[in-house]
Amino acid sequence: MWQSFVDSIHQLIPWFDGGLAVIVIILIKGVALIFPLIIMMAYMTYAERKVIGFMQLRIGPNRVGPHGLLQPFADVFKMMFKEIIFPSKSNIYLFLLAPVLAFVPAVAVWAVVPLGEGFYIANLDVSLLYVMAIGSVGVYGIVLAGWASNSKYPLIGALRSTALLISYELVIGFVLVTVVMIASSVNLNTVVAKQAGGILNWYWIPLFPMMIVFWIGALVETNRAPFDVVEGESEIVGGTHVEYSGMPFALFFMAEYFNMIFMAMLAVLLFFGGWHSPFEGIPYLEGWFEFVPDLFWLLVKMSFFLFLYFWIRASFPRFRYDQIMRLCWKIFLPLTIVWIFVVALMTQLHIGPWF
Amino acid sequence: MEFTSVLFYIFSFFFVTSAVMMITARNTAKAALLLILTFFSAASLWLLLEAEFLAITLILIYVGAVMVLFMFVIKMLDTDKSTLRAQFTRYLPLGIFVSIVVIAQMVLVLNAGQFDLEVIGVPERHDASYSNITAIAEQLYTVYVYPFELAAILLLIAIIAAITLVHRNQLRSKKQNISEQVNVQAKDRMRFASIKPKSSKESK
Repeated sequence: MWQSFVDSIHQLIPWFDGGLAVIVIILIKGVALIFPLIIMMAYMTYAERKVIGFMQLRIGPNRVGPHGLLQPFADVFKMMFKEIIFPSKSNIYLFLLAPVLAFVPAVAVWAVVPLGEGFYIANLDVSLLYVMAIGSVGVYGIVLAGWASNSKYPLIGALRSTALLISYELVIGFVLVTVVMIASSVNLNTVVAKQAGGILNWYWIPLFPMMIVFWIGALVETNRAPFDVVEGESEIVGGTHVEYSGMPFALFFMAEYFNMIFMAMLAVLLFFGGWHSPFEGIPYLEGWFEFVPDLFWLLVKMSFFLFLYFWIRASFPRFRYDQIMRLCWKIFLPLTIVWIFVVALMTQLHIGPWF
Repeated sequence: MEFTSVLFYIFSFFFVTSAVMMITARNTAKAALLLILTFFSAASLWLLLEAEFLAITLILIYVGAVMVLFMFVIKMLDTDKSTLRAQFTRYLPLGIFVSIVVIAQMVLVLNAGQFDLEVIGVPERHDASYSNITAIAEQLYTVYVYPFELAAILLLIAIIAAITLVHRNQLRSKKQNISEQVNVQAKDRMRFASIKPKSSKESK
C-alpha cells in the first residue's frame, strides 16, 4: 500500500523519492498515531474523574455536554487561554524547554510500539532498549523544571523525584532483562510474537512477581498515586510544576498521561501477549472470536491497565518518600536479581510452554 | 548527494557546534544540556554506522543516568563565578599541559595510519536482518569473557567502596527503623482511658 502511495506521489513530483519519501511516510504515520493518542489522553482525564467519582460516591463531571462528555475540550480551551506566568528571576529559555523535554520523549517512545502483527511505525531491532533510553530522557523535564523555576519547592520536588525515577528505572531494567531472557530478543515485535498461543503462553505466569514489580515501577515512573511524590500537594505544594501555568503546565500534564498510556501498553506487550487473543488454542472459542481484530484485544487489555491506575489512585493513601526508596532498593532490587537466576534455571530446564 | 550523507552532515554539524558551545557556555546547566545534545548527535552518527546497540546504550547510560547525576550536582552547587574566574589563570598551565597530552595521545592512537581504509579495509554493509547485539554478545561472552568479568568485579568493588565512604559517619543521620515502624501495634501508641461521664445532674 505504501509503495503504491509513494509511486503515485513520485509521478506527480519527480524529485520525491529515496530519503525524502521515507521522511514524509514516517511523518504521516506519526500523525496518524499521535492524533488518536491525544484523543485517548483527553478522554482518559474524563474517565479518571468519572471512575474516581463513582468510587467516592460522587457523580463526576456532568455539566459540559451530555454526561459531561465534552469536559476534556472545555479543559483544553481553558488551558489555552490561561496566562503563562514566568517567575521573575527564572531562566526563561530553560523554563520553557523543560515541558518540551518532558513531552517529546513521551511521544517519541510510541515509534516502536507494535499495535498489531506488522502494524508499527518502526521495527527497530533494539526496540526494548530504545524504550528504556528514550524513557530515561523524560527525567530532564522534571530536572530542568525544578532548576529553571528558581523556587524552592520545585527544586525539592525535582531532586527527590529524579532520585526516585533513576532508582526505579534500574528495577524496571532488571524486569526487562527477565523478559528478554525468556523471549531471547530485544525486539518488541518478537517478544509479542513469542507469546502466541493463548492465555497460558503469556509471560505473566513465569514472570508473575516481575509483573507486579513492573507495574509498581510503572506507577512510580509515571508519578501516579500512591507514589506521586513529585507533586505531593500536602508536602511541597505542587512539586516541579508550582510555577507553571497555562500551556506549559498542560504539556507536563499531557506527558504524564502519554507515559501512563505507554506504560499500560508496555505491560500488555511484555506480560499479556500484546495483540494476541486470549482464546488462541482453545477449541470453539478460538473460532468464535476469529473475526475480532488484533487491535481490539490490545486496546481491551490496555484499558484494563488504565483502569487499574484510577482504581489504585482511589484506593491507596500516598507513600512516604523514604518508604518508596526502601521498597525499591531493599525489596524489589534483590527480588528481581533472584528472579533473573530463577528464569535462567527455568530456561535451562525448559519448563512449561514459555522456554 | 546521498540521503545518508545529508544526515551525516546534519548530525556532525550539531555534534561539533554543541561540543564547542558546551565548552564556552558560562551557565553550568546550559553546558550540561549542550553535552546531552552532543551525546545525542554522537548516538545518531553511530546509528549511521550501523552500531545501533552502542548508540542506544550511549543514550541509556550517559544521557539517562550519568548526566542526570551531573544535573543533580549542578543544582546543589552554589557556583560563585568570580572565584572560578580568579583561579582560571592559576590552573591554565596545568590545563594546557593536560590538553596537549590528551591531543597527542589521540593523534598517536586514532591517526589515519591505524584506521586507514587500506589497513582495515572498507567495512561491509549489512542488511536489515543483521543483529548488532548478537555480534557483540558473541565476542563478549566467548573471546573476551575473562576481561569482561574482571571489569564487572572492578565495578562491584567501586560500588562497595563508594557506599562505605558515604556510610562511614552517621552522626547526624535521621535514619528510620522501618521494621520497628511496621511492627508497631495500636496499643503501643494509643491508650484507651475509661473516663466516667458526669451526669447532667452532677454537673449542675
